[in-house]
Amino acid sequence: MALLEVAQLATEFATDEGVVRAVDDVSFDVEAGATVGIVGESGCGKSVTALSIMRLLPQPAGRIAGGSIRFQDHDLTTLSLPEMGQIRGRKIGMVFQEPMTALNPVHTIGRQLTEGMLLHKACGPRDVLRAAANLLDRVGIPSPDIRLGEYPHQLSGGMRQRVVIAMALSCRPDLLIADEPTTALDVTIQAQILELIKDLQAEMGMAVVMITHDLGVIAETCDQVVVMYAGKVAECGSVFDIFDRPAHPYTRGLLDSIPRLDTIPKSRLGVIEGMVPGLLDLPAGCRFENRCPFVVPACGEQAPSLAQIEGQHSVACSRWQQL
Amino acid sequence: MTTPLLEVRGLEMHFPVKEGLLLRSRIFNRAVDGVSLQIKPGETLGLVGESGCGKSTLGRCIARLYQPTAGSIVFNGRDITRLKPRELRPLRQDIQMVFQDPMESLNARHTVGDILEEPFIVQRLHSPAERRQRVAELLNIVGLPARSASRYPFEFSGGQRQRIGIARAIALNPKLIICDEPVSALDVSIQSQILNLLIELQQEFGLSYLFIAHDLAVVKHVSDRVAVMYLGKIIETADSDTIYRAARHPYTKSLIEAIPVPDPHRKISRQVLSGDVPSPINPPHGCAFHPRCPEAQDQCRQKAPTLQALSEGHWGSCHLIYPPV
Repeated sequence: MALLEVAQLATEFATDEGVVRAVDDVSFDVEAGATVGIVGESGCGKSVTALSIMRLLPQPAGRIAGGSIRFQDHDLTTLSLPEMGQIRGRKIGMVFQEPMTALNPVHTIGRQLTEGMLLHKACGPRDVLRAAANLLDRVGIPSPDIRLGEYPHQLSGGMRQRVVIAMALSCRPDLLIADEPTTALDVTIQAQILELIKDLQAEMGMAVVMITHDLGVIAETCDQVVVMYAGKVAECGSVFDIFDRPAHPYTRGLLDSIPRLDTIPKSRLGVIEGMVPGLLDLPAGCRFENRCPFVVPACGEQAPSLAQIEGQHSVACSRWQQL
Repeated sequence: MTTPLLEVRGLEMHFPVKEGLLLRSRIFNRAVDGVSLQIKPGETLGLVGESGCGKSTLGRCIARLYQPTAGSIVFNGRDITRLKPRELRPLRQDIQMVFQDPMESLNARHTVGDILEEPFIVQRLHSPAERRQRVAELLNIVGLPARSASRYPFEFSGGQRQRIGIARAIALNPKLIICDEPVSALDVSIQSQILNLLIELQQEFGLSYLFIAHDLAVVKHVSDRVAVMYLGKIIETADSDTIYRAARHPYTKSLIEAIPVPDPHRKISRQVLSGDVPSPINPPHGCAFHPRCPEAQDQCRQKAPTLQALSEGHWGSCHLIYPPV
């Protein structure tokens, strides 16, 4: 049994214009110790998937409308809030995109870092500061004892993200969910943070769900990949399936549209014409239909379900065999 | 040799840092600290660097949104470094900017038609009917429907808003457009649409670009030449192929290595650059890069390197890469 099994997850938001289904029928597994990437563009539902797993959906607008999230022996969708509190932070850690908003500006680094450890009794009150200093040292923050007494604004962006990672790892979780952990950072700092997550993963043996829009980050860090589009899984498989044998026209379009260091300068990049459909007026059939270069009339009639290609490689496209 | 359209020499932009009870400025943020560069007609110069390296400030100095504190900017044979606001207005026809966040750079209370007409009104060009005609042409050029003119910026997606920003920039047929992170806020599939549009416009109208971005792969794709900035200075410049294939400066090399490659077969072991970019208020002695440089030697701590020719068109600023004298 996998560490995390997300099955037919559906998450809805109540908005002024009606109920929006931001995540619709999303399923994937995360094996213990593995790294699974969720990739897609803004609004595809990748962050909402993460927030659903953490049960941190904005209240009261958001709710899990269907499906299950099995983690160890629990179904996270049905746990009470106190039970969820025992898992959140202790068994599942989360790293958010904006290290400035994820940290409380009026509390010291030390207080924020020790809060989770004390709450989950990962550490006694006497040893907690030393443990916190060790953690900061582990994530590569120089002079950790001084940093514990400082406030978030006194740290650089990269340092703040290290603190957020230290917080997420403070109770040695079995699963780390990293939601765009390096998007706000410069490339050299991004490389440091990705390297750090990889090292810590090897050391602690935790599984990682890496949410990003950057295919480069996916290729470098992930074993398995889930490509999301407009709230649904378009394609999933091993990182080699996705990059070597992309089956969904959207995955192919994405891979063609990124400039690489070895493409000919000023050559025309591949494009995916048009825009993602709004979640309030989704088409009846395939959601990629209005942008797909291979569209046929049948695509507009019935939404394709995820079909297995080989092994773990699956695609939600009714024409994948002909393409 | 063609005469450059833009020639910048020894440009400095030192912002005073106000502090103390009387808000006197004794220290300065040396955001741009002695930059020289050239852009030829029809050419794209890419400018890369990490946040805080001064690349945006440099762009704004060239567009004369800032008054540089030293150095000179010669545009089309004319020194524009110290033009007064009134003298700047005609210059705005020739130098335009495209900004990163199209939502913040478009007035939310004006229709797209108003936004695109404004450059003509400011410059007192055309009759109202001709102006509307030009707006329709501009929308067509950037691939937006003509009816967009009566709509407001919030009704558009990020990529469409950036098209509006580009239409505004090309409205007066400028010679040089400064693109400050024009695609950083966009999704990848939209990013490639905008990059293609910028390249097409350049070919059609013979535009020159100063293309500022932190993404080296993007910069390399659109540029003829690339300049790498670190802490207010250009530390390496070469044509875009050379910078990728034969970068010499340790910072450029680590910048290239740091880019995640979208190819799972290339599990590279990279030399991860440690530390952060130092503050431009109090830059390190000697070479500004030496605290992070894996190859730093004693001379790097003592003496600041200067930009020197390494080979034809390839310049670098590092003691360890100069050709033997």
